[in-house]
Amino acid sequence: MAAASSANLDLTLDVWRQASPDERGGFQRYEMAGMSPDMSFLELLDQLNDRLEREGKEPIAFDHDCREGICGSCGFLINGHAHGPQSGITSCQLHLRSFRSGDHLVVEPWRSSSLPVIKDLVVDRSAFDRIIQAGGFISANTGSAPDANALPVSRTKAELAMDAAACIGCGACVATCKNASAMLFTAAKASQLALLPQGQPERHQRAVRMVEAMDDAGFGNCTNERECEGNCPKQISFSHIARLNRDYIAGKLRAVT
Amino acid sequence: MRWLFELLSSSIGKKLLMALTGLFLFSFLVVHLYGNLFLFVSEEAFNEHAHSFASNVIIRTIEALLFLAIVAHAFTGLYLARQNRLARPVRYRRHRAAGTRTLASRSMLITGSVVFIFLVIHLRGFFYETRFGSVYGGESLYVLVTETFAIPGYAALYVVAMILLAVHLAHGVQSAFRSLGIESARYTPAIRAVGLFLAVALPAAFASMPIYFVLQSGGVI
Ligand code: FES
Repeated sequence: MAAASSANLDLTLDVWRQASPDERGGFQRYEMAGMSPDMSFLELLDQLNDRLEREGKEPIAFDHDCREGICGSCGFLINGHAHGPQSGITSCQLHLRSFRSGDHLVVEPWRSSSLPVIKDLVVDRSAFDRIIQAGGFISANTGSAPDANALPVSRTKAELAMDAAACIGCGACVATCKNASAMLFTAAKASQLALLPQGQPERHQRAVRMVEAMDDAGFGNCTNERECEGNCPKQISFSHIARLNRDYIAGKLRAVT
Repeated sequence: MRWLFELLSSSIGKKLLMALTGLFLFSFLVVHLYGNLFLFVSEEAFNEHAHSFASNVIIRTIEALLFLAIVAHAFTGLYLARQNRLARPVRYRRHRAAGTRTLASRSMLITGSVVFIFLVIHLRGFFYETRFGSVYGGESLYVLVTETFAIPGYAALYVVAMILLAVHLAHGVQSAFRSLGIESARYTPAIRAVGLFLAVALPAAFASMPIYFVLQSGGVI
């Protein structure tokens, strides 16, 4: 599957079709012949949808917006890998040259009770919004932009915070985790603030609130297997999870003392 | 008390409990192994050590805590596993690992369950006899242990349980440190290495004892 090819590809797709959240879904097979290797995976779905519409059938619903890996809208499992077999990219950045002619691809939505399927490949990620609403912010009035060096931040910390801030909230971590845990997402969103001076006043309280919102949404529990990190399109480090654990425990202890 | 209840009802709180009880039980293995080494010294030394342990108030207190830890670790583990299953009600048709999962990390529930069953048998065979049974009645613990270890079937059970314990600890020890939030580029590799070494070395040392006595009774050594 890794070998690059320049000739056009014939692909067989097994795509999950589900009309609504309450309806039972199932896989539907589609044959796609003569596809250009320069096409992105979403363009492949566009072509398929064109055909379905011409045939008077319901097109496949899938989320997408920027189509350049920055918005976090797209995402599904392709042959068991979140965002497909390549690491460090989203589904919209995946090109058909990653596959070989004749490949049989299974396309499935994220599966988690907390990110339920709305339709076909589209899942409801509002649980993520609730985690952010619970604490993924700072309450200070930021005013206008401060002088660049008025607030010293070490280079290491700044880099780490930027790495955490790269999270686009796509949900691949939940989808990949065998426990459907949202720890990597929550940890990244807490760390991007916990690492910077502006994030300090609410640091522990934030960790507690975000974890509570995460638990309320019914996500699974992290078992420290790092699968999330391996499938994250932004390669968010697993070490943020240890920071969240630390801040949460400190927050809880602080509440007692 | 409310804060404790709240802590334990959260995901990180339960993992904290798993980590603390797990590390406590793990550290007990060292103490247990130290006592067992007297088996290789002499009957008197072993019985003497066992007796001094059984009559020590501090040890008896820790013993009670150990029982609590076993129960808490087992039940919390089962509860977490159940929650994790419920978090993904519809299974994937195809799901490939990213490559960081290990045999040990995937089989925690199975290895933990088998070790738990082994513990029940083990405690019934030796602990119960020491405190309330034949050894309490005056028999030699050394004789009980060495005769039991000399039974091939029993020795095999011990060896298998120790292998599974090693697999359990291979993931468990380093995972516990992460759950406690202890992680740094500087120390994590060392923690992992020492954890893995002990995870294998301690069960191996325990397993060597039934193997030794089986071979001895068979006249091999
Ligand atoms: S569509 Fe924006 S990340 Fe894929």
